[in-house]
Amino acid sequence: MDKLITAYTYFGEGKVVVNKRLIFYQEKISTFADFIRSLYKQEQVAYPKFYKMDSLSKLGFISAELLLKNENIGRFKPGSLAIVLANSSSSLDTDLVHQESIRNRSAYFPSPSVFVYTLANIVIGEICIKHGIKGENAFLISEKFNPGQLHEYVSDLLDNNQAEACICGWVELLGNTFKAVMVMVEKDNSGSPSKPEFTPLPFTETAFNYLIKEN
Amino acid sequence: MDELIEKLKKEVITQLNLEDISVDDINPDAPLFGEGLGLDSIDALELIVLLEKNYGIKIEDPKDGKKIFYSIRTMAEFITEHQKKA
Amino acid sequence: MKAVYAISENIISSLGFTVQENTDGLLKGSTGIRIYPDTTLFPNAVALSLVDTMSMEQRFKAILEKYKNKKNAGSYTRLEKMLTLSIADALQGLPLKADDDKLILIISTTKGNIDLLEDRFRAKFDHKRVYLWALASEIRDFFGFANTPMIISNACISGVMALIKASRLLRSGKYNYAVVAGGDIATEFVVSGFQSFQALSPGPCKPFDINRTGLSLGEGCGTIVLAVTPPGLNSHNILLAGGSVSNDANHISGPSRTGEELSMAMNKALEESGVEPPEVDYISAHGTATLFNDEMEARAISLCKLNEVPVNSFKGYWGHTLGASGIMESAALLSSMKLNRLFRSAGFDIPGVPEKINVLKEELDKPVNTCLKTASGFGGCNAALVFQKT
Repeated sequence: MDKLITAYTYFGEGKVVVNKRLIFYQEKISTFADFIRSLYKQEQVAYPKFYKMDSLSKLGFISAELLLKNENIGRFKPGSLAIVLANSSSSLDTDLVHQESIRNRSAYFPSPSVFVYTLANIVIGEICIKHGIKGENAFLISEKFNPGQLHEYVSDLLDNNQAEACICGWVELLGNTFKAVMVMVEKDNSGSPSKPEFTPLPFTETAFNYLIKEN
Repeated sequence: MDELIEKLKKEVITQLNLEDISVDDINPDAPLFGEGLGLDSIDALELIVLLEKNYGIKIEDPKDGKKIFYSIRTMAEFITEHQKKA
Repeated sequence: MKAVYAISENIISSLGFTVQENTDGLLKGSTGIRIYPDTTLFPNAVALSLVDTMSMEQRFKAILEKYKNKKNAGSYTRLEKMLTLSIADALQGLPLKADDDKLILIISTTKGNIDLLEDRFRAKFDHKRVYLWALASEIRDFFGFANTPMIISNACISGVMALIKASRLLRSGKYNYAVVAGGDIATEFVVSGFQSFQALSPGPCKPFDINRTGLSLGEGCGTIVLAVTPPGLNSHNILLAGGSVSNDANHISGPSRTGEELSMAMNKALEESGVEPPEVDYISAHGTATLFNDEMEARAISLCKLNEVPVNSFKGYWGHTLGASGIMESAALLSSMKLNRLFRSAGFDIPGVPEKINVLKEELDKPVNTCLKTASGFGGCNAALVFQKT
């Protein structure tokens, strides 16, 4: 039986869409930093640690923040909400910053707050910390968005009761180019708060592709 | 000393990415860790980098950090003292 | 649900290029961690466990010939060479075809070809080689694997996670074989980062010891081949019986202070495998020798009521090999199961963790039938898996 996508967020082409509602739009993006800061302020996220995050983590963090805002994840047993994310460039955006800081022996100042973000899965860590998520978590790399791989990974977790529900997404960023889609996948619709504009979609590769392409 | 304190406040804000905090928000005598600015273990390491990068002072033992980084003022005093010795 | 067997392994490290060479080294009890004072490599003298380059290059040239690969050695990166050697060794003599469409390659690495960001390599390799999928593609092409490799990059639990995921893919019948290969190289990138964390020990690290002062970095590769059919009659049949992953949800670089979340993963792995705590014969711990990691692990072991179980860390021999560690250490664990012999925990002399756990000071001969492998990493992640003789 198909699982369901009960909520989603989409970031791309200057748009931010949450459960079919366009909540933010910048026609011309100057920098990702400005874009995400504006969104952070508009949504009144109020989480000072946000400013310490690297760009990839900011993208994933805000995406999850919007996804989970009204989801009441307290309804899941502790440790039973999973998170599986993927991208193409891993943490390359921050890797380049770290590499630059050690390029010249005469100005050699590696920074721990930069280095810690030279691992793509830290974005998962940030999301878990904010929302108290302790379940299965995974970061995968593929050249392009691979909905089949994510579908298999998440379905397997839910089918084998390793998780009750799963946050799943593609979070890709390099410089000022970024795209993210994040979904909440559940076995059924029984617990998910209803959203007027969005009816749950079956969790299939097609639906995933649709969300990332059609928004 | 006051000049150094103001300079340090700005540098700490930059080094630690405290974007939503202004120099006026920082009391130079208030503890930086624990309650104060809510800094954590990574911030403590970053302050060590700040001292080296901006003032050429190397802290060999990170355990000394607790005293040195207690507040902006203790940082300023440490820098002043160290620069006298140099 | 199918049973999943570990049918072949390889380890490449400072101690050697095969499981045999490595277990010989482990039995001698000598560490592969050396202090490298060469400041052209790294600005400060640092204790590292490095793979012998000359030997590695020679072996790689031989493998190129054996596989009739027309490319020259220079067109492969250091990590690609090491991974290729590791996989080739693990595949030797196995009754499987590389292009079998029910075979999946899973790669575990934290930084891949990150050395390519250095100025000296920029002209040598296409910039896209730094992407982990490009590295995986080179490995795939070398062997002619039919399927696009899966890549797991999840900090230091990547290796254990890759094994767990592989076992799940085989259990469900999606594949019949999984080649699980992990690797990471020692680079200025990584060394400088850990130095900025003040996390490095000046000498070889001392996991669980009262005088531990941090971790030692290492490079290496490990490969474990999993299958749904057991190996030949003369081999031990060892199952990968279960595994679980969790997150501390506490701090991005410091571990949980309670060890609760790691213990949750350990308990889930045991439950899935149908194993009760008294049945566990041995734990191969993560044991990085940082103050907080070892403390946290000891608490987790205690929460699981496994205080009496012999435990060791391999990091005193190989250093912390990051994306390779889960696989290399699992391969050594499998050796212990085959030999019924546990290796001492190198670097350990005096207990230095708040819970009473049974860290091995000496080698121990005993039946080793059911084992736990644990790992934890930046981002607050934890993983645990169970190997069990049938």
